[in-house]
Amino acid sequence: MAVAIGRGAIALGIILSNVYRRGLRGLLPWFYVGPALVFLLLYLVLPVVQTIYLSFLDGRSQQFVGWDNYRFFVTHAAAGIALRNNLLWLVGVTGVSVGLGLVLAVLLDRVRYEPIIKGLIFMPMAISFVGASVIWRFVYAYRPAGREQLGILNAIVTALGGQPIGWTVETCWPLADWEPITLPGVGWVWSCWGIPFLNTLALMTIMIWLQTGFCMVLLSAAVKGIPSDLVDAARVDGATEPQIFWRITLPLIRPTIAVVATTVVIVVLKVFDIVWVMTGGHQETEVLASRMIKEMFNFRDFGRGSAIAVLLLLAVVPVMVSTMRRFRDGEDGL
Amino acid sequence: MVGTEQAQAEHRAAQAAIAAAARGVTLRSVTKQYGAVTAVENINLEIAAGSYCCLLGPSGCGKTTTLRMIAGHEEISSGDVFIGDQRVNGLPAAQRNTAMVFQNYALFPHKTVWKNVEFGLKMRGIPAHERTERVDEMLDIVGLAQFADRRPHMLSGGQQQRVALARALVTRPQVLLLDEPLSALDESLRVKTRGELRKLQKQFGMTFIQVTHAQDEAFSLSDQIVVMDHGHIDQIGTPSAIFEEPASRFVAQFVGDNNLFDGRVLQGADQNLMAQIEVDGLGVFVGKGSSASVGVAATCCVRSDRLLLTPVNGTLPADYLNQVMARIISIEFTGYITRVSLMVEQTETEILYKARTTDWQTLALDEGEQVRLSWMPEHCSILLS
Repeated sequence: MAVAIGRGAIALGIILSNVYRRGLRGLLPWFYVGPALVFLLLYLVLPVVQTIYLSFLDGRSQQFVGWDNYRFFVTHAAAGIALRNNLLWLVGVTGVSVGLGLVLAVLLDRVRYEPIIKGLIFMPMAISFVGASVIWRFVYAYRPAGREQLGILNAIVTALGGQPIGWTVETCWPLADWEPITLPGVGWVWSCWGIPFLNTLALMTIMIWLQTGFCMVLLSAAVKGIPSDLVDAARVDGATEPQIFWRITLPLIRPTIAVVATTVVIVVLKVFDIVWVMTGGHQETEVLASRMIKEMFNFRDFGRGSAIAVLLLLAVVPVMVSTMRRFRDGEDGL
Repeated sequence: MVGTEQAQAEHRAAQAAIAAAARGVTLRSVTKQYGAVTAVENINLEIAAGSYCCLLGPSGCGKTTTLRMIAGHEEISSGDVFIGDQRVNGLPAAQRNTAMVFQNYALFPHKTVWKNVEFGLKMRGIPAHERTERVDEMLDIVGLAQFADRRPHMLSGGQQQRVALARALVTRPQVLLLDEPLSALDESLRVKTRGELRKLQKQFGMTFIQVTHAQDEAFSLSDQIVVMDHGHIDQIGTPSAIFEEPASRFVAQFVGDNNLFDGRVLQGADQNLMAQIEVDGLGVFVGKGSSASVGVAATCCVRSDRLLLTPVNGTLPADYLNQVMARIISIEFTGYITRVSLMVEQTETEILYKARTTDWQTLALDEGEQVRLSWMPEHCSILLS
């Protein structure tokens, strides 16, 4: 969006210089793109400017408070958790859905009932985030030990003789009973000897479930786009299947991997619904977007809400810039 | 690398080693089925070591499938393939000591020319210094040393083709398989590359097996041509044998420039007698042929350059026993040769006549004129359908 502002300014400059050089005929192209530009200005550029402005005012947008709202990110524990979780989501969901999608794309290429299996894996793509969350609430459902388990995960766990686990509540799944350690200097305590961030991981799983099919379908198309002659040629040259994957397949589909990863990154940065429906952001599952809604509409702190929005915007900018650069370079990427 | 005397000596030694190692290919009763479809049926073929063999035929005749079975890209449904005296059924492509030049070259687009050529050596675990030597040497041979750092898409079609050749030859295979290697090139480049292929084959002395659908390509390259149709081998022979004496109606037609008249055997050939065939509306023709029984369907085949064209009322030389009357439809000047299309009007049979342009000009004939075409029995084959 910041790029959009820059482009607007450049566009205006070009309009003026064109009119200056070629008279009214230079205006004609702008007559055609004008409506689109007006809508962009109204619904994209102005809100961005407005949001940036609001982020420097206090909660009720009456007084200028400087960087106070941004200080929130470094002073407030809740903001720290949201930032940490966003990072977890960004790396975890993107990595696993692209990785898993790639593995499925390559392996399913050699499976007999490929279309059926791919259809099944792709299907969650069609479910809304809220709908998916409702489904997964059943999967993660928890009843105290001794009662019949409604959730399939806990039903499996108890059937195997374990204790039911509060998947969306627990921040840690302890596997060892060791003493917590304190990192010297910063006073940071690590107390989870097992799987940390259990509930956040549980929420991320939903997103992975939703996104893997998308990654798989696009990557599968890219894998199938590799001429079979190339693979045959590598085979005559004595390459083994893993070598073919690492040296031929992977480099050739790298542009597609970049596109898919970018798309997932943008989706993940916007994640809100899953957290909101599953936990409401409690038990350390908050992400930036859910915190933003909370600040904005629950606490009515427009300043802080806007500051979070600006941060999210800034986080997307590098992704957008790299994508645009790739498009400009002709999507070659080789 | 080539340049110093020692390097050249090594280079010659390496080539001699390849030539010594060259091995032939033998196919015994090879069949390939895709489900209910039979792509190749019961093929028997021997390709001599160090020879240039072309599999010639129209698309879908099974020639590419045959090549891919030799390469190991296609499983053999039944029968045996031998490279040298080693049976290679089921052996992975990489272990057959063959290399392949693909129709679209199949160069790795993300690797430089140098890395493309190096790939096979790397995969075979050849040490780095030897790889460098062999790749540089091979790029020198195909004249692409200055393009080593380019990506394939920055090269012309002919250059890409040479990279593909270099990549195949650098592994020093005993048999080089080429799948329509010239079909993506334009005409003049094709003729030039044809010469280079033949030169490389002579230089390395290895066995080349090439798939092609172009008879001129097969004629100019091969020691041995295998004409295929519908998964069968129709004829195996030297280029001149295929040209002079096609063994079947299909071969005669596919090789081109033959006139074919379908009819029925009137008299089979024996030691003293030529065969005779009756063609509806055209009369009886005499020619070389097999001892078929009377009434069997057969075809009279005569090459367009064996015909004698004379005025209708002129006298014929004694040997020219076969004749038809036809009208000139069109005259096509192609340079050294002039192609003349004629038609026997009562049966609408088309006939092609070819003559040297200078000879044609002395005849001073024009379109629409009626002429007599005649040919000797020795130049005429009676082929059973």
